[in-house]
Amino acid sequence: MPEILVLVEHADGAPKKVTYELLTLAGSLGEASAVWVGPGGEGAQDVLGQYGAQRLYLAADPELEQYAVAPKAEVLAQLVRDKSPAAVLVSSTAEGKEVAGRLAVRVESGVITDAVGISADLVAEQSIFGGGVVVHSEVRRGTPIFTVRPNSVAPEALSSAGSPTVEQVSVELSDAAKGARVLDRVVEKKGGRPELAEAAIVVSGGRGVGSADGFGVVEQLADALGAAVGASRAATDAGWYPHVNQVGQTGKTVSPQLYVAVGISGAIQHRAGMQTSKTIVAVNKDREAPIFELVDYGVVGDLFAVVPQLTQEIEKRKG
Amino acid sequence: MKIVVCVKQVPDTWAEKRLAPSDSTVDRESVDGVINELDEYAIEESLRIKESGQDGADSTVTVLTMGPEKAAESIRKALSMGADAAVHLVDEGLHGSDAVQTSYAIVQALGTLTWDLVVFGSESTDARMSVLPAMVAERLGVPQLSYARKVEITEGTVRIERLTEVGYDVVEGSSPAVVSVVEKINEPRYPSFKGIMAAKKKPLTTLTLADAGIESDRVGLANAPTVVAEFTEAPPRGAGTIVNDEGNGGTKLAEFLASKKFV
Ligand SMILES: Cc1cc2nc3c(=O)[nH]c(=O)nc-3n(C[C@H](O)[C@H](O)[C@H](O)COP(=O)(O)OP(=O)(O)OC[C@H]3O[C@@H](n4cnc5c(N)ncnc54)[C@H](O)[C@@H]3O)c2cc1C
Ligand SMILES: Nc1ncnc2c1ncn2[C@@H]1O[C@H](COP(=O)(O)O)[C@@H](O)[C@H]1O
Repeated sequence: MPEILVLVEHADGAPKKVTYELLTLAGSLGEASAVWVGPGGEGAQDVLGQYGAQRLYLAADPELEQYAVAPKAEVLAQLVRDKSPAAVLVSSTAEGKEVAGRLAVRVESGVITDAVGISADLVAEQSIFGGGVVVHSEVRRGTPIFTVRPNSVAPEALSSAGSPTVEQVSVELSDAAKGARVLDRVVEKKGGRPELAEAAIVVSGGRGVGSADGFGVVEQLADALGAAVGASRAATDAGWYPHVNQVGQTGKTVSPQLYVAVGISGAIQHRAGMQTSKTIVAVNKDREAPIFELVDYGVVGDLFAVVPQLTQEIEKRKG
Repeated sequence: MKIVVCVKQVPDTWAEKRLAPSDSTVDRESVDGVINELDEYAIEESLRIKESGQDGADSTVTVLTMGPEKAAESIRKALSMGADAAVHLVDEGLHGSDAVQTSYAIVQALGTLTWDLVVFGSESTDARMSVLPAMVAERLGVPQLSYARKVEITEGTVRIERLTEVGYDVVEGSSPAVVSVVEKINEPRYPSFKGIMAAKKKPLTTLTLADAGIESDRVGLANAPTVVAEFTEAPPRGAGTIVNDEGNGGTKLAEFLASKKFV
């Protein structure tokens, strides 16, 4: 079986959900190998195995975390040369795409970003122009590199999974990789809710929410649904919600089962980040707002009346 | 400081974008072209670095665009915003180049210029790959300072705030370096009448493959490392139900969500 490398996304020593999705996908293409860059990967051995990892490569040198992006690409490049995998899968986040891009240049391969599926013969499916066109494409030079959108594949835990064999990887970073030093990492995230890019349900608020306090209405609905909270640029620029929650062209691209837009007009840059959501609903007082062109269900009305009622009704139904 | 700003012409934001049935490349002929929005922020930031005199009085901003003849309109606009000169890499042989090839071509074109900083937008609205700044940094072997919402330059050291999944990182490198910017960084200026007039006299150099030393078998559709096998128009989203709130809009929406098993 051909080997498929999966770059693990992790935070606080635990893999993120997208990694399980990628391992599941890799398992359908060949034998999945997880690649962990940074310290702490030993602890995740079993859970990675559950999702089908046969091997776990640990590049644990703390130095790898002192520089931006390039070290991950260099670890993967070394593995591509040593192990000749059939493909490399990276999550389609801002950083994941950069890692994939550098890797493609380094190993002289082609790269396909934002895949929503990959077939057994390594043809990727992409959804472009805001979901209007479906493209099937292939890499025809080198080791195919794909970035895969979170929420594209249902992660499957195996009932009879073994623990992956562990191999330590040591990488001599190039001087160029050490060019961009990370001096500080600042977390602006509001804790306690599912992560935006990975959530099954997203509730987003826009300028219509009116203030930072107004986001309470959005958060209450999100909590009733077990959802992540998103925001439009108008709301993050106004400082009502952290930028990490921005959905759209220059924020996160989300593709949840359900997207709820509250007080958002639906500008093209916002749509770019949420248009491929499976079900879309909106509450907006303006019947002409472009968001209504996308919705499966829309309510024209004041969000401060509609949303609390919705939250209450959901709580009631949950019992 | 010599700054090169990479500017792409893309189909107008609101235009119906499509792929050309003949060769599955973005149809650029039938739509109006505009400067990729984020590249306006890159131009603005480059101009601000120049104007602030942070790095000596002899700073210049040169626009670099790879694209068909038509892209010259966008180059003129960039010049009218205040850039000093422009280079247009234009050659039939480039048509259909993918990201890996484009990064190679841009690096070759950069080789014809002197520069300390190359500034990019962080994403183009048509390709939406966000890979070019990283690829160019990799090829050049210079620091990649991307997704910047803030850029500060002191004596050859470039420090940025890089947006991350959870907040931001403070990242630093020395010039020469590659920078890419997000829209939080500034508010791009409109070209003034004076700027528009002045742009007409500014130097615009065109480069062919040969001029930039680009090997023709390393660019273009026929040599691309990725290929589009086929594409189809997705079925349009079915028209949704839209109701006016008559005091029970929230309840109705809850009923809809319950019918879809979200509640
Ligand atoms: C380079 C660039 C990048 C961008 N990137 C992004 C991005 O990543 N994400 C993004 O979101 N935007 C982005 N934008 C901005 C985008 O163009 C819009 O300006 C923005 O999305 C508007 O946010 P909004 O819908 O919240 O605000 P508005 O457009 O002002 O809409 C507010 C809506 O709320 C409704 N409303 C007001 N009060 C109420 C009420 N009480 N009850 C119900 N409804 C109410 C109004 O009818 C209106 O439709 C970008 C722009 C540029 C130029
Ligand atoms: N053809 C091009 N000519 C000049 N710059 C480009 C070109 N294509 C992309 N860029 C730059 O690369 C950035 C990222 O583009 P992309 O990787 O296509 O999303 C853009 O914001 C531009 O600054």
